[in-house]
Amino acid sequence: MADFETPELDDIPTIPTVKPGTMEHSAPYVAKPVIQAPLGFPGELVDDWETVAVAKLGELSNKYRALRVYLDSCVKCGACTDKCHYYLGTSDPKNMPVARQDLLRKVYRRYYTLAGKWFPKLVGATDMTKEVLDDWYSYYHQCSQCRRCSVFCPYGIDTAEISMAAREIMDAVGKGQKYCNEIIGKVFKIGNNLGLPEPALRDTLEDLEEEVEEECGVPVKFPLDVKGADVLLVTPSADFFAEPHIDGLIGYGKVFHQAGISWTVSSHASEAANFGMFIGSYENMRRVSMRIREAALDLGVKRIVFGECGHAWRVAYSFLNTLAGPFDFLDPNYPVPQHICEVTHDLIQKGVLKFDKSQNDHMVLTYHDSCNVARASRMGSKPGGQFTIPREILKAVCNNYVDMAQDSIHDATYCCGGGGGLLTDDLMELRVRGAKPRMEAVKQVVDAHGVTNMAAICAICKSQFTKVFPYYGYGMDMIVSLHQLVSNAIIMDGAQDGAGDAQETAEDAPQNA
Amino acid sequence: MALTGIYAFLFYFAFVVLVGGVGYKIVQYARTPAPLKIPTTPAPTTRSGVVLRMGREVVLFESLFRSNKWIWIFGWLFHAGLFIVLARHLRYFTEPVWWWVDLIQPFGKYGAFAMIIGLVGLWARRLLVDRVRYITAPSDHLMLLLLTAIGVSGALMTFVNHTDIIAVKAFFLGIMGFEFGSMQPLPGDLLLLLHLGMVALLMLIFPFSKLLHAPGVFFSPSRNQVDNPRAEPGLRAHDSRHVAPWAVELETDRKA
Ligand code: SF4
Ligand code: SF4
Repeated sequence: MADFETPELDDIPTIPTVKPGTMEHSAPYVAKPVIQAPLGFPGELVDDWETVAVAKLGELSNKYRALRVYLDSCVKCGACTDKCHYYLGTSDPKNMPVARQDLLRKVYRRYYTLAGKWFPKLVGATDMTKEVLDDWYSYYHQCSQCRRCSVFCPYGIDTAEISMAAREIMDAVGKGQKYCNEIIGKVFKIGNNLGLPEPALRDTLEDLEEEVEEECGVPVKFPLDVKGADVLLVTPSADFFAEPHIDGLIGYGKVFHQAGISWTVSSHASEAANFGMFIGSYENMRRVSMRIREAALDLGVKRIVFGECGHAWRVAYSFLNTLAGPFDFLDPNYPVPQHICEVTHDLIQKGVLKFDKSQNDHMVLTYHDSCNVARASRMGSKPGGQFTIPREILKAVCNNYVDMAQDSIHDATYCCGGGGGLLTDDLMELRVRGAKPRMEAVKQVVDAHGVTNMAAICAICKSQFTKVFPYYGYGMDMIVSLHQLVSNAIIMDGAQDGAGDAQETAEDAPQNA
Repeated sequence: MALTGIYAFLFYFAFVVLVGGVGYKIVQYARTPAPLKIPTTPAPTTRSGVVLRMGREVVLFESLFRSNKWIWIFGWLFHAGLFIVLARHLRYFTEPVWWWVDLIQPFGKYGAFAMIIGLVGLWARRLLVDRVRYITAPSDHLMLLLLTAIGVSGALMTFVNHTDIIAVKAFFLGIMGFEFGSMQPLPGDLLLLLHLGMVALLMLIFPFSKLLHAPGVFFSPSRNQVDNPRAEPGLRAHDSRHVAPWAVELETDRKA
């Protein structure tokens, strides 16, 4: 399948011994000048880049309290060393969160602390050199910014913040990552990560309408650029065509239809994901976010709702109001933005939606908490709503549900292995190895409870698991979208004798299981 | 008398460096903006919730407890021991001695053992666990050495080789009252001089080392921020947004 070995899954998760250098070779493609330019970054390594990098590091530690406090505060206690899925899956010690931070910290100490200026050897400080830059490029692209380490650090030190800073410094000296920067460029130019232009998007949605009506006999609409709709739906562009993402989109459509909520997608902001965060660039993140504000104003909507996407929800929930607010022009009765799960959950509570749970009886389900939803956002009004709301929806739409082991769910969840701008084929080995801890938890519930499918609410998770499940001997269709299950079970007014589509799914259940 | 002068000077100097250095860092942390809300969730949605969360972190080491029981046991033992020992030491700097310092005196004496056991445990992990060995710098060993030596020399003075504690107290009350004319002599006892020398060294190192985790923890955005970034109903006004001063400048293009 590839030129690396898929790790053996352990029955009892074990902490590997350190094997230095194991993943040194892993690095994504470097961005060419044409890709760097639209983002305002130099095309190639600038003259005197060492000085530029050090100056940028100083600038960032003056702009971000988190960076400065985290660089100063680590006591090297080691509590985080066994918490990163990339370390657990690769054994490379530089994938231990503290060691990953140290790659940047040793330069910070050298140039910005007295101890590092006077006694560099003693405190492990080093000059900014080519080797350091290469290490940064390899290992800061082996961090999915999932924040698992920050849960377990006694000071909440978040390696994601350090990775973002390192990537921003590398962009500033002209060493950008192709995958992320190319995608951000597409959003600026066309409006979504896939570079799907308006006519193509329109065709796709029209085809989808036909297909859904054929299946369930209800004219569910998938509207584009409809002025005066109540809800602007912003969803990852993968939802428009990839499997199983599109089944989730069908689910949102059915929910809105059944609840009688008018909604629309915008061709100007046809992307929920914001890769500006992955490269740590406030300015790029803001530019992407502004498109959503513009679309909301232009279409005159009352609410903004985000589809199933993990990092997108982080940027939306935590940063949208900061980056693109104020949202005083929207309906004051709803928070801005809302997650599609909040919408569906509310409608279930109010009794607006009814389900025939047996339509999902061919599956035994478990739920994967996506890292950025779990540790960097919330749903509903109470802390932890991001854990309870999706599970309550699941339990409302299916009969067979089990959770994975406690230390692998909720805020201790493992990243799928493809987050943070690493969902690219040039990092396949890393992605497969990084998925190991999640696979071990899946294997447990498959073996003990006969779990057949895992639901998720993140576009990256869905794409990543579709790719890596087969490496571990599972079917790629084992991963399902949460709203796909909603779609299967929802009872639609005027549907032809029950849910025809769900019948069909039930028939091909045996292959699925 | 020269010795007394040197130590008096050393402690004045160490005190100024400690307070000035840590004060400088605190002001620097407080002034550095936190442009985005990044609490590690599930996080409290209110200020008082955050105070509770921080309290549990600082007193009980809650996150560490979740991550690694061995580090937690040793780390907590060390810090609790240190705290009680420091509190007990107040008796050397106050006249009359506060009632509660008297009260903890009997346990305080044994705080040193908790400290030493904790330090030895942490040190053992550093040597024996390959992951922790990998991340250890020479300064980490030296820090443990310094703290352990302070603890051991202190315990020796309490339990084995008593020093003239009345004289030591007179010395410190003297330098605290800036009584330069009538400076009380410091006993020339080697153990005491070592102990005090190392304490002064620790004070000097504090603002330049990882000991900054002490003030740092209070400024950690992932722990001290309230989870309320979203435009909730009723909070739509411009000033309910969380925006850093430097980020406001980026917004001028929109207003124009
Ligand atoms: S848990 Fe925190 S303080 Fe301890 S080594 Fe890791 S980053 Fe440093
Ligand atoms: S943020 Fe996630 S991927 Fe990055 S070091 Fe921490 S645990 Fe590993």
